[in-house]
Amino acid sequence: MTATATFDGAMGSGGAAADARVADLKPLRSAADKGEAMTAVAEVETTAVEPVVRRKGRAAAWLRAVGGAVLPPVAGLALLVGFWYLATLKGGGIPGPVQTWDAAVAIFSDPFYRAGPNDQGIGWNVLSSLQRVAIGFGIAALVGIPAGFMLGRFAVLAKMMNPIISLLRPVSPLAWLPIGLLVFQRADPAATWTIFICSIWPMILNTAQGVTRVPQDYLNVARVLNLSEWKVFTKILFPAVLPYMLTGIRLSIGTAWLVIVAAEMLTGGVGIGFWVWDEWNNLKVEHIIIAIFVIGTVGLILEQALMLAARRFNYEDR
Amino acid sequence: MKKIVRIENVGQTFNTKNGPFTALRGINLDIHEGESISLIGHSGCGKSTLLNLIAGLTLPSSGVMLCDGREIAGPGPERAVVFQNHSLLPWLTCYDNVYLAVDRVFGAKEGKAKLRQRTQDALALVGLSHAETKFPHEISGGMKQRVGIARALSMEPRILLMDEPFGALDALTRAMLQDELVKILAATRATMVMVTHDVDEAVLLSDRVVMLTNGPAATIGEILEVKLDRPRDRLALAGLPEFAGYRSAIMDFLYKKQVKRAA
Repeated sequence: MTATATFDGAMGSGGAAADARVADLKPLRSAADKGEAMTAVAEVETTAVEPVVRRKGRAAAWLRAVGGAVLPPVAGLALLVGFWYLATLKGGGIPGPVQTWDAAVAIFSDPFYRAGPNDQGIGWNVLSSLQRVAIGFGIAALVGIPAGFMLGRFAVLAKMMNPIISLLRPVSPLAWLPIGLLVFQRADPAATWTIFICSIWPMILNTAQGVTRVPQDYLNVARVLNLSEWKVFTKILFPAVLPYMLTGIRLSIGTAWLVIVAAEMLTGGVGIGFWVWDEWNNLKVEHIIIAIFVIGTVGLILEQALMLAARRFNYEDR
Repeated sequence: MKKIVRIENVGQTFNTKNGPFTALRGINLDIHEGESISLIGHSGCGKSTLLNLIAGLTLPSSGVMLCDGREIAGPGPERAVVFQNHSLLPWLTCYDNVYLAVDRVFGAKEGKAKLRQRTQDALALVGLSHAETKFPHEISGGMKQRVGIARALSMEPRILLMDEPFGALDALTRAMLQDELVKILAATRATMVMVTHDVDEAVLLSDRVVMLTNGPAATIGEILEVKLDRPRDRLALAGLPEFAGYRSAIMDFLYKKQVKRAA
């Protein structure tokens, strides 16, 4: 809270006033939403039942086939929820699974509502976080990947830059935030800047490594064919480096998603990180737990999507 | 016959961590148009080093290397190389791998249709028309090597340089590809220099077998002229006394005069 307070003071936005407003509105909305959520769930079930009955035989075979793959993770998840249930059985500050589920149903029944700048649906919060990540990460890719190519191609440049990169890379993301605030004078670009500076390093380093690891055979082919620089880049260098580049991108986007939550807690506005902090101020702990699941799920989806892309372009296993 | 490549008193010294290392010294060799030459010797004798020098991938430390009267200052498409490990680009289809070379050599002068025709012809020459759309990882080792040969031949090079082209293949595939190469060489009248460590392959494919002494500081020990009629047939040759004579001459050089000490 101290961090937010000092920051809000500096930026001159009425944080405390906004919090009070949110606290007033929230209970009303969730009560109304709950009824809608129930009917929605009921509808889904009735439509789903019929096809399942019709294809019972096939469904059983399918179940057996994927059972081995699906059952263990589901059992693991059930174990986690069970442990959570037992741990919160006696009551205390942390809400149990049932309470959290009810809150989640309420929240996800209307993820895209807007009720003022500091009270928006979780969908908006996630989307604005993703937008910040996309912009910061996009600029980092635009700068980092060409820089990586340069570093990999020219040893002198690599020797010049490597100590600087080694020095800056381990710096905590939040240490960069004040610099961003100072330069940009606004919270939003400062958060984007933090994403940029934290996600650029894996892309530079992995791309550079990829370039230095292009098999000499391929470069000999280029030399024997006397290919133009453009052809060498498009036909040999770029495809050969692509798997390394994708690894860099994957690491970067993971970092970016980690950083955004922390950055938004400090900068405020709309975003999943800010939402967590806001719900803490409202003492809605079940919402914080929901946010943790949402953040984890989005991170998982980002990671898996890039893994899929990486597998598509990985020629080394062929 | 016209001399395509002239190698005069060429030496090659590498700078290593333990000081300079002389790989080759005093190499003198002329390569004539239409002739097939094998470079043979124990491993580490500098066969591949010599081939790389002709290819222009490395430049000699001393001596002169000429191709068509001009100094070899770097690689060029008139000296096509078939690499030992095929070196096909894994992200391109067989067709595109060959097309890359065709486009580079003829792209400026010829239309798309002609380039396409050249690519298809090259693949047909090595019997791989059916594999045009396949990626290198989808075909066998022997097929990959054939695409490598097609890529080299598609450039219509003055000289074809092959670095142990069949070294990584099993004996049956190797024999098949050797026979195919014999036919291709006869059909295209290409000039060829091939590095090999296979005595039979050297006799079967070459007009001259250049035998290198053991390294370091290897040089040409003997040159054996193979005066067997072409086209040569593997089965007919096997029973021929001349074939056995050439074979034992090379064996004699490798295993008596240049005994390789066990490492």
